[in-house]
Amino acid sequence: MLAPVEKLLKDFDAGTTFALARAVSIVENQRPGVDDILASMHPRLGKARRIGITGPPGAGKSTITNLLTREFRNAGLTVGIVCVDPTSPFTGGALLGDRVRMESIALDDGVFIRSMATRGSLGGLASTTREVADVLDGFGYDRVIIETVGVGQSELDVARTADSTVVVLVPESGDSIQTLKAGVMEIADIFVVNKADRPGADRLRNDVELMLGLRRGASYGNMPAHHGVDLKRAMNPARAAREDAKLESPDKWTPPVLSSIAAKGEGIKEIAESLDRHFGYLERSGELRQRRRERMVERVVEVVEKRMRQRILDADTVAWVKGRVDELESGSVTPYVVADDLLKKFGHLVTGATK
Amino acid sequence: MRPIRVLVAKPGLDGHDRGAKVVAAALRDAGMEVIYTGLHQTPEMIATAAVQEDADVIGLSILSGAHMTLIPRVRQLVEAQGRDDILITGGGIIPREDMDALQAQGIGRLFGPGTPTTELVDYIKDWFASREARDTAKSGT
Repeated sequence: MLAPVEKLLKDFDAGTTFALARAVSIVENQRPGVDDILASMHPRLGKARRIGITGPPGAGKSTITNLLTREFRNAGLTVGIVCVDPTSPFTGGALLGDRVRMESIALDDGVFIRSMATRGSLGGLASTTREVADVLDGFGYDRVIIETVGVGQSELDVARTADSTVVVLVPESGDSIQTLKAGVMEIADIFVVNKADRPGADRLRNDVELMLGLRRGASYGNMPAHHGVDLKRAMNPARAAREDAKLESPDKWTPPVLSSIAAKGEGIKEIAESLDRHFGYLERSGELRQRRRERMVERVVEVVEKRMRQRILDADTVAWVKGRVDELESGSVTPYVVADDLLKKFGHLVTGATK
Repeated sequence: MRPIRVLVAKPGLDGHDRGAKVVAAALRDAGMEVIYTGLHQTPEMIATAAVQEDADVIGLSILSGAHMTLIPRVRQLVEAQGRDDILITGGGIIPREDMDALQAQGIGRLFGPGTPTTELVDYIKDWFASREARDTAKSGT
């Protein structure tokens, strides 16, 4: 291990903010020492509950993150926050402005806030946000909140990173067709309709509940017969979803649809309570362990992909491919043939062998 | 090379943040990652944010006249947390002799009204490049 990294990890274990911040930077920038830091984190992982907050731009994610953090702090819990904002594809620069909404927790010793730029990643998080969350977990925070960039419909990385995902919507988020679409609407463990004092909030809530009810099969088509069937439930999927969301069932979770007015601090307690209930469900049902095990496998696959790419696609091999562009242009070989040839010729590089 | 991280903050009580926003946008357009913290920041808030964000540079915008108190205070607080490698620069309505006095204390260059944004972009880039070169030389790689 590099001497500076060893020293850094020692300061990290002593709980120094500076060391934590530097460790995050090394991981974010994949600088020398990153493997040692992540290796040292690995045995400590799993203490923190990871909470993802996602939703469209301006929905109130940062404000809700701020208020949730205060809620957790009042309960005596420490909180690490990663907030992601987009990198410009044109200049590579970024304006990270989530801290503006987090003034009231900025000086709290039990809170650590880190802004990240996406740096070209398109899934709503930066490519190393998960590793940064690991570092916060390893540092010992009780809750790790991951706030995504303002998302559209298909930025779903957060669901693979967080234990519980909160999707924040606003009354302007769209009509009932939007709620039926695939993507972001499917990853929520908890829905929050923020700015609930605006017109359309009740309608949106009902649309989301209707969607959840339909997804659960509460419609006529799935009813075996009318005998013994609660027709009120069958006729009103939204109501069925609303009732199911209140159940403490060990084997199924129906996302509750909550309302909040974050600017006035209303509805935050309910979000915190729902997060507790969801985590309880994850533990009881065994899903937490299962999700975390699946993620470990995913992680290995990702690292393999990254390393293979790094090892095999360097300047030399790319030059070799360029050397065959004439054949490709004339049509005498296909890209697939060239790719296979490349793997045959340079495949040994993948295992770390030298040329 | 990784992007330069700059914390742009407005300490003190004046509410004029146009300049800070113009600078933040210019630095962003120059490929830097700008952490913008908003108005009415105390030196404690700025120092805490700079350490947590592992910023390379702190850019302070001060139009209230309190620069001789606020700027050295920020510097003292970040140094107390182990960050003596950070560049503190900024701008606003700051008399020439105060700029000189602050620079003599180890604060970076301060810019007055009318400075082209390219000037501060170049200043930060040059500073960063020379710090990186020094670090590389030190670690012998």
